[in-house]
Amino acid sequence: MPLLANWYDLRDLGNGVARLIEALRDAGAPDGLIYAITGLLGAVAILLFVGLAAIINIWIERRLIARIQVRRGPNRVGPFGLLQPVADALKLIQKEALQPNNADGIVFTLAPIVIFIPVILAFAVLPWGEQMVLADLNVGVLYLLALGSTTPIILFMAGYASNNKYALLGSMRVIAMLISYELPMVMALLGVVTFAGTMQMSGIVDFQQTHWSWLIFFQPLAFLIFLLGGTAELNRTPADIAEAESEIIAGFHIEYSGMKFGLFYAAELVNAVAMSGIIATLFLGGWWAFGLEQWVPGWLIFISKIYAVYFILIWFRGTLPRFRIDQLMAFAWKFLLPLAIINVFVVALEVLLWREYELSAGVVLPVAAVVNFALAGVLIAGWARVMGQAFERAPKKPRLFSEIEVPLPDEAAPEAGSGQTEPATV
Amino acid sequence: MAIKTEPLVVNIGPQHPSTHGVFRMRVTLDGERIIDAEMIVGYLHRSMEKLAEERTWTQNIPFTDRMDYLAAMTGNLSYCIAVERLAGIEVPERAQYLRVIFAELQRIASHAMANGTFVNDCGAWQTPLFYMFREREKVLDLFEMTCGARLTLNYMRIGGVAFDLPDEFLPQLRSLLDELPDRFGEYEDLLIDNEILLMRSRGIGVLSPELAMNASMSGPMLRGSGIVWDIRKADPYCVYDRMDFDIPVGHTGDCYDRFVVRMEELRQSVRIIEQAVEQLPPGSHLADVPLNLRPPKGEIYSRIESPKGELGFYLVSDGGPEPYRFHVRSPSLLNLSALREMVVGQTVADAIVTLGSIDINVGEVDR
Repeated sequence: MPLLANWYDLRDLGNGVARLIEALRDAGAPDGLIYAITGLLGAVAILLFVGLAAIINIWIERRLIARIQVRRGPNRVGPFGLLQPVADALKLIQKEALQPNNADGIVFTLAPIVIFIPVILAFAVLPWGEQMVLADLNVGVLYLLALGSTTPIILFMAGYASNNKYALLGSMRVIAMLISYELPMVMALLGVVTFAGTMQMSGIVDFQQTHWSWLIFFQPLAFLIFLLGGTAELNRTPADIAEAESEIIAGFHIEYSGMKFGLFYAAELVNAVAMSGIIATLFLGGWWAFGLEQWVPGWLIFISKIYAVYFILIWFRGTLPRFRIDQLMAFAWKFLLPLAIINVFVVALEVLLWREYELSAGVVLPVAAVVNFALAGVLIAGWARVMGQAFERAPKKPRLFSEIEVPLPDEAAPEAGSGQTEPATV
Repeated sequence: MAIKTEPLVVNIGPQHPSTHGVFRMRVTLDGERIIDAEMIVGYLHRSMEKLAEERTWTQNIPFTDRMDYLAAMTGNLSYCIAVERLAGIEVPERAQYLRVIFAELQRIASHAMANGTFVNDCGAWQTPLFYMFREREKVLDLFEMTCGARLTLNYMRIGGVAFDLPDEFLPQLRSLLDELPDRFGEYEDLLIDNEILLMRSRGIGVLSPELAMNASMSGPMLRGSGIVWDIRKADPYCVYDRMDFDIPVGHTGDCYDRFVVRMEELRQSVRIIEQAVEQLPPGSHLADVPLNLRPPKGEIYSRIESPKGELGFYLVSDGGPEPYRFHVRSPSLLNLSALREMVVGQTVADAIVTLGSIDINVGEVDR
């Protein structure tokens, strides 16, 4: 079948690239050159998407948060305020990029630039369509986790180089939190990888396509753990303790101004898209959507899934107060990690039974889905009870009195010195 | 090998988003834990008490707007009541009722602000704050309709209030009163059972009843600690003795208790306004007070229950056109006095929440 026989074959942009490779090969180009050209094309495409996403996400996030907060959000610059991010960026560019006197100049300047590297690299392994993967690594999941674990170093660079106490507190918090949340996230993904039997991102999508289901139905617990861990990894409310505007003002990027600050801000937004992309691929079938992908381009489905997950993150941000750092750490170590480990055991058992007894997928998968959903509910409630997080029974309403009752001095302070409680002698 | 550590001194404020103005808290940290804290006030000192000695009794009313600028009505009210008691001025009944209505509206505005910023300090990304601002705006609209100002109102006068109600005031107040209980229910749905808010504010910044009394706390701070005390009941002014309302009192004296006490006081304020509107008599809104008021020689201490606590004025008159001494007992300053005891041993995040639950207003702390 010739490629690009019909115009709608372009729905998977990979077809176009395949056509290009063919043409180059016909022209007698060496393999290395073909590899370089196609790689460059993909990289440019991803950078374009990242740049656009950073701009548009600012608008989406501000508008949605405004909607949640019964206000209107940016609506003055351009149609529906769409040009507001551009105006913001222009403003940031013309601002002076201040640097504190005692800051470590090189590290201070490097941090906002370096922060983009892991964020953009994460997009390389995300499958945008059947053939639209820039680097289809067979250890894709491992690669993503490795990238995620470099972020704390960069944030620490920013916080440490600023030579500011708030920044130091912020970077201490970042290190503690991100390292803690790495573990439950890895464990959660271990369950997914065990179930799908591959670490390749496109392989995981293939698995979901083959079995006509999304992995969220088999791994609800892993999904929840990964989503919560992802919120922490992204420094977003309710886990934004590293920035904590009301406590340590802006944490690690308190000293950054102008476009350096803008880079941190944009990296955060792009990171949110990357994390949403990972969740969409691993749990929501990536570009595959129950046959819809035959009519709609796969990358469009993928992007809409990304934004569906991103919407949940924005919703979190608009609704929830912030955890305290020790509560957040306790949540990771005492709650998420044990649940993730139990999940891995259960999945391993299921997969073992499935492969060992060569059961048909039609029987195993529905059973596994039901079992895992029930297990998720039981485990979450049960573990919370075990950890002493029983439902609060202490009264939440104040007592109401219609008359004042002034306690007598000896009633109010029974331990007070004898001189106060003695009746006054006239 | 033991790790060598040393405490870190951090200035929280005077420029900090959560100090509600220019208040400064110098904390010594061991990691995240506070081992010592020192309160430093005075960044907004405007020497009002001294300035007031150079101005006539009536000219001093605008100063009281600028003390607690989030509750200007009660500042006006407390000062005017003090001068009236000093000069022996009889206030018309309609003015008394109007004063109650406006003081309670001001309480709603101030508590909405206090609870909104408190949840903001807990880290909610401004959503509850904007919800509460929505209702505060409507109250401020009513103020604007009546006296032309929204924040620094300057509405009370010695002997009554400056203006009578405009015609459209009562219908708009009526619709606001119908709407408010639903809105309060909305906040409660969002916040009262919020697990994160409970985790952040239960058992944090506990103020024992003994300490609360010994540190002369007042208002929601004192009631949150479980002491049933409200000047509107204990020492009624205006027509509060004719009103039927309840005093909400907390259980343990933590930040959450102070928060729910304020929540309940919002509802009680609506109750009071409804009764006051029902009983509102016709008549004059301002007593006949001489333009150049010279209260007789003497001194007075008069207090009211402002949204933040006991707001008292100690005035001394030497029989002249200006006060000889003008002293303010501001609840914000005194409620701050136990902050050190409340925050030492907690983390930075808790200290911010505790400070937010006290509901200080630096304009009133420093005057």
